[in-house]
Amino acid sequence: MADTESRTETDAQIESSKGEDDIIKIVAMHKWFGEFHVLKDINLTIKAQERIVVCGPSGSGKSTLIRCINRLEEHQKGQIIVDGIELTNDLKNIDLIRREVGIVFQHFNLFPHLTVLENLTLGPIWVRNTPKKEAEELAMKYLVRVKIPEQAAKFPGQLSGGQQQRVAIARSLCMNPKIMLFDEPTSALDPEMIKEVLDVMIELAETGMTMIVVTHEMGFAKTVAHRVIFMDEGEIIEQNEPHEFFNNPRHDRTKMFLSQILAH
Amino acid sequence: MTLGKEEKTPAVTEDGGYLPGTHPDLPPPSSVHGPVHWIKVNLFGSVVDTALTLLAVYFLYSALTFLVGWMFINAAFTGESRNDCRAVADGACWAFIGNRLSLFIYGFYPEPERWRVDLSFVLLILAIVPVLYEDMPQRGKALTYSCLYPLIAAWLLVGGFGLEKVSTDQFGGLMLNVVIGVTGIAFSLPIGIVLALGRQSQLPIVRILCVSFIEIIRGVPLITLLFVAAVMLSYFVPPGTNFDLLVRMLIMVTLFASGYMAEVIRGGLQAIPNGQYEAADAMGLKYWQSMRLVVLPQALKISIPGIVNTFIALYKDTTLVIVIGRLDILGIGNSSLADTKWQGLSTEVYIFVALFFFFSCFSMSRYSLWLEKKLHTGH
Repeated sequence: MADTESRTETDAQIESSKGEDDIIKIVAMHKWFGEFHVLKDINLTIKAQERIVVCGPSGSGKSTLIRCINRLEEHQKGQIIVDGIELTNDLKNIDLIRREVGIVFQHFNLFPHLTVLENLTLGPIWVRNTPKKEAEELAMKYLVRVKIPEQAAKFPGQLSGGQQQRVAIARSLCMNPKIMLFDEPTSALDPEMIKEVLDVMIELAETGMTMIVVTHEMGFAKTVAHRVIFMDEGEIIEQNEPHEFFNNPRHDRTKMFLSQILAH
Repeated sequence: MTLGKEEKTPAVTEDGGYLPGTHPDLPPPSSVHGPVHWIKVNLFGSVVDTALTLLAVYFLYSALTFLVGWMFINAAFTGESRNDCRAVADGACWAFIGNRLSLFIYGFYPEPERWRVDLSFVLLILAIVPVLYEDMPQRGKALTYSCLYPLIAAWLLVGGFGLEKVSTDQFGGLMLNVVIGVTGIAFSLPIGIVLALGRQSQLPIVRILCVSFIEIIRGVPLITLLFVAAVMLSYFVPPGTNFDLLVRMLIMVTLFASGYMAEVIRGGLQAIPNGQYEAADAMGLKYWQSMRLVVLPQALKISIPGIVNTFIALYKDTTLVIVIGRLDILGIGNSSLADTKWQGLSTEVYIFVALFFFFSCFSMSRYSLWLEKKLHTGH
């Protein structure tokens, strides 16, 4: 009951601001892994420059949801429209969308055989056909932004986890994306490195980037997110602006999750 | 602090000691440090150790003195027959090898044309350098030459277009091993990569084709394939066409090695975490781009030991051409043993052939170790 209530309210919020700036639209989307129904009837609209934090217990489908947005996972039913382009089996559309959507992974997924600089210039050079020199300038610009320009010549294996994740963020930014997806970007990091990554993400948020962040960092959600989405068992249970979400959760499952995660 | 620095020469007291604060840094005594200590602890630590050490030294000494004596000190290096050798020394008769050296190298290649073989060897070395050394200047241009080298070598060795034609029947000796070995090595790697990627393909037809090719090739001994090349392949080409036997052998040896290569590379591909594919995809790289730029460089690096293993096996398998009547370096050696003037010199011949293969294969193995070290990037 509370579930439908909260949804109609946020729907109304979205409705009021609906228009040209809906950058992601997901309608009645379902996904199965074999027999397992991972995502059930997902409806979500995200405006340009909006920052969303997705949270929920493990196995709730958060990661799968954002991985569907750039087609790292294929959905079986419903629609996903990114920046006006619908994701279908059409490889051309997938390519177009991947050019607009950057993703940062939990395990960084840097290319270990390339230097930091080469990791950053690979996309611009081969996908965007940027001349090498220009690509390197661009890469250095973003390395300065994530505060590790001095590591440009090193290999990822020589950096700390926090530094690697910042390189991964810079690598995505080099493609000049309109949307950034973050799939648990701090979960694989030691506690003392989480802050340096979150700081970079906060700075990125200040530039007005559209961000969808799957994370358990509730502090980050409180300060940065426009909207927090709670998922459980493949469904969006509740979504609200952070203050309401944390202080006045409506659904029992949300209350339980928050009490567990904020207990210590 | 400044005081210690100023007094460089330690001041010595009357009775030979040092003044306080001036004791120099001496190395630890040799009884707890250095080679003498190491030998004491590891070689003569106990009675059993001492006995084993002395025994090993004795065996090494007698084996080495015998070998060196036979191979060098008591060996005969000149002569026209075995009796000439016997007259001079009772060790190895290397005169035999020296006498037959051109046969060992060129086989039956016509004598006035042998400069072409020499030239193609020199050009081969020049073609290999840019492939092996990534850091050489002007590598791009040099690699173009390396890619053209097979055509140049084929022209030089076979002739035509202004050079006198030499039938491939006359190829033999070491040059036959090198021709087959280098061709097999150069072509089996790219074919193996394509097969390994094909085996992972999403398209069932490609996958089935690659899997059956690999399994059939691996399931049949190389000798059988060479017989097929020698006898059966002529049934499949239109009558009257002359499909050169050497070319047929080259194809079979290459395909055989490719089958193994594909499996070695598949092992490397499987070691690449899924995240690498995902990161490349998410970046918008096309399939072949992500393979060439992200996946293969890592997979091939992991596969280096297996790849070189296959190369070495292939190189040694080139001696199998003997079964279809071609005389490679081993075949030439075998047949020259029949010469009555030089009877009973099989040891010298086989040692010579073994050394040739050993040095070729050992260099490959050393190079691969060097490459592995160079490509190590701390992950």
